[in-house]
Amino acid sequence: MAGIPHDHYEPKTGGEKWLHRRLPVVGLLYDTLMIPTPKNLNWMWIWGIVLTFCLALQIITGIVLAMHYTPHVDMAFASVEHIMRNVNGGYMLRYLHMNGASLFFIAVYAHIFRGLYYGSYKEPREVTWIIGILIFVLMMGTAFMGYVLPWGQMSFWGATVITGLFGAIPFVGDALLTWLQGGPAVDNATLNRFFSLHYLLPFLIVGLVVVHIWAFHTTGNNNPTGVEVRRTSKEDAEKDTVPFWPYYVIKDLFALAVILAVFFAIVGFMPNYLGHPDNYIEANPLATPADIVPEWYFLPFYAILRAFTGDVWVVIAANFLTGGIIDAKFFGVIAMFGAIVAMALAPWLDTSSVRSGKYRPMFKWWFWLLVVDFFFLMWLGAMPAEEPYATLSLIASAYWFAYILVILPLLGVIEKPLPQPETIEADFEAHKAAKNGGSGAAEATPAE
Amino acid sequence: MIRKITLSALTALGLVAGSSAFAAGGAGYVEDYDFSFEGPFGTFDQMQLQRGLQVYTEICSACHGLQYVPFRTLGDSGGPDLPDDQVRAYAEFYEVYDPVIDDFRAALPTDHFPASGLENAPDLSLMAKARAGFHGPYGLGLSQLFNGMGGAEYIASLLTHYNGSEKEEAGVVLYGNDTYSGGYLAMGPPLWGDDVEYEDGTEATVEQQAQDVAAFLMWTAEPKQNARKEAGFIAVLFLTVFSALLYLTNKRIWAPLKGKKAPKPAE
Repeated sequence: MAGIPHDHYEPKTGGEKWLHRRLPVVGLLYDTLMIPTPKNLNWMWIWGIVLTFCLALQIITGIVLAMHYTPHVDMAFASVEHIMRNVNGGYMLRYLHMNGASLFFIAVYAHIFRGLYYGSYKEPREVTWIIGILIFVLMMGTAFMGYVLPWGQMSFWGATVITGLFGAIPFVGDALLTWLQGGPAVDNATLNRFFSLHYLLPFLIVGLVVVHIWAFHTTGNNNPTGVEVRRTSKEDAEKDTVPFWPYYVIKDLFALAVILAVFFAIVGFMPNYLGHPDNYIEANPLATPADIVPEWYFLPFYAILRAFTGDVWVVIAANFLTGGIIDAKFFGVIAMFGAIVAMALAPWLDTSSVRSGKYRPMFKWWFWLLVVDFFFLMWLGAMPAEEPYATLSLIASAYWFAYILVILPLLGVIEKPLPQPETIEADFEAHKAAKNGGSGAAEATPAE
Repeated sequence: MIRKITLSALTALGLVAGSSAFAAGGAGYVEDYDFSFEGPFGTFDQMQLQRGLQVYTEICSACHGLQYVPFRTLGDSGGPDLPDDQVRAYAEFYEVYDPVIDDFRAALPTDHFPASGLENAPDLSLMAKARAGFHGPYGLGLSQLFNGMGGAEYIASLLTHYNGSEKEEAGVVLYGNDTYSGGYLAMGPPLWGDDVEYEDGTEATVEQQAQDVAAFLMWTAEPKQNARKEAGFIAVLFLTVFSALLYLTNKRIWAPLKGKKAPKPAE
């Protein structure tokens, strides 16, 4: 696919021509910035900019924090306190970095659910979607390892529990666990490698983000109608789109400024609200905290991990069928990672020919139930592992899988979709007429 | 639509805070004291911090330490704000080990407070952030959203809610406390009233001393709090104005496409 037809960069001055023959970097920037973008994008299309900002924020604050941080079990906790007390502006850098991780995940979850509702994962955007899931997985890994670095109680015990998951893998588990931890338990070697990887992974994310953008700049953005931009001619395409600059740059910046106002209120007035108080106690391998709770953004998947206990029939069946190789712990690990892998398969499991959930009367209900399910799982993940939370976690986890593996394939067959607009332009004009009321519609009609 | 997004973001925040709702401290009784440093504009009360420092020095420091707190910060504005000569004189009360001379010497302002002298007594530098006084309801984190984390409230409550009961476990006497999660803790009631004589003439009741030292420990845990709130306020103010300007810019840019008349620039 050659992309949406549009004007390309033409070097004008002698200097521009000179550079363009040797390195067409200005042309690349021009084409990226002026890319034709559907003109009917709504406010759920702003999260990409927020995510790009978060990545930059985390890398910049992180690099400066690393200048003052010491990755050693005897000094890590004290070096964080050094940053908080002695480094100029250090408290602000750390709180921005800490809460920046939360903003990053709020944005990524909004971005993912946007994609799920408007069918952004469907043909021809499968590669964009899969790269996105890869970025999400890398983000989770980066955030998890970053949380270990302050070497507080939750850092240490979180690291122990999560690396312990790999120990549940049959046959190779123990060896793998020792290899991951760099020893028999979470210790200095673990802290050192987590620091190294926490510094490395964000740059892999940068690389994947470039490919993610490249992929959807090739296919063109999805939009709320799910109807493709007309590519028959440049004139047709121009009726459906506007250039990214200035229309969406300014719109996205406006949204970003509003979100940052809330973000800075949290950083300035309640920076520890989303954290766990136990992480202000230095790691102590001899004292296990009363509740080991991951950060909020891991809770839905943590709930799925814990949901599959030994008394659940699927676990018993899996255990019986594999001759005991898959036990409850390993089943939980498979379920947790499976919940993410299943999402990556959505483009092929969704059988509906209609992209946007707007025109899918049955899908809508199931989708919003999935959103509720996600928040419910998040809440369950923070609850103690006891009844009634265990049973509720199981039901909520089952729905997560059922949505992707059963409901998406079935809906495409049994659902009767609503009529979609012919073009993006028609959708845009209809919105305009509705919003401007009588006079606006009257003005628009003669112009047609 | 914007309102919808803001609302859903807020709901998300409210829900997710469940993670911190299960903080250490447990389900004991915590009184919601009014501290001067609460809320977006609350600042530390310098006189209260000085009184709290006095309670810490004369009572707590017998067993507990403040290993992350340098003496010099006692002179920082936004903290107890002691004059330089007083900071120097205060530091000299303490003896610290100096590896260069391989001996103990009087502490200098650049040294830190000593660590805990008693093995089982936790360091207090970060205690006000390492405990959450408020929880719930139902794991939603709303209590902390509106009341704050409640670390200082937890400390003040713990110090004032000994219930007089005692029990012996494995040869150790434990003291009954309505705030402590297990109901009994190893630290005996440290405050009885008039344990210190305040220089500013404040009456040294148990409640007064408990709140003063809790405020002081909030400062040791978060010494840059005043500066942080100020920076946060300026950032929010700037971003609000910036948002308004971007809103108008955005409206203007899209106006021709949306069939509205672009507002005329002032000529």
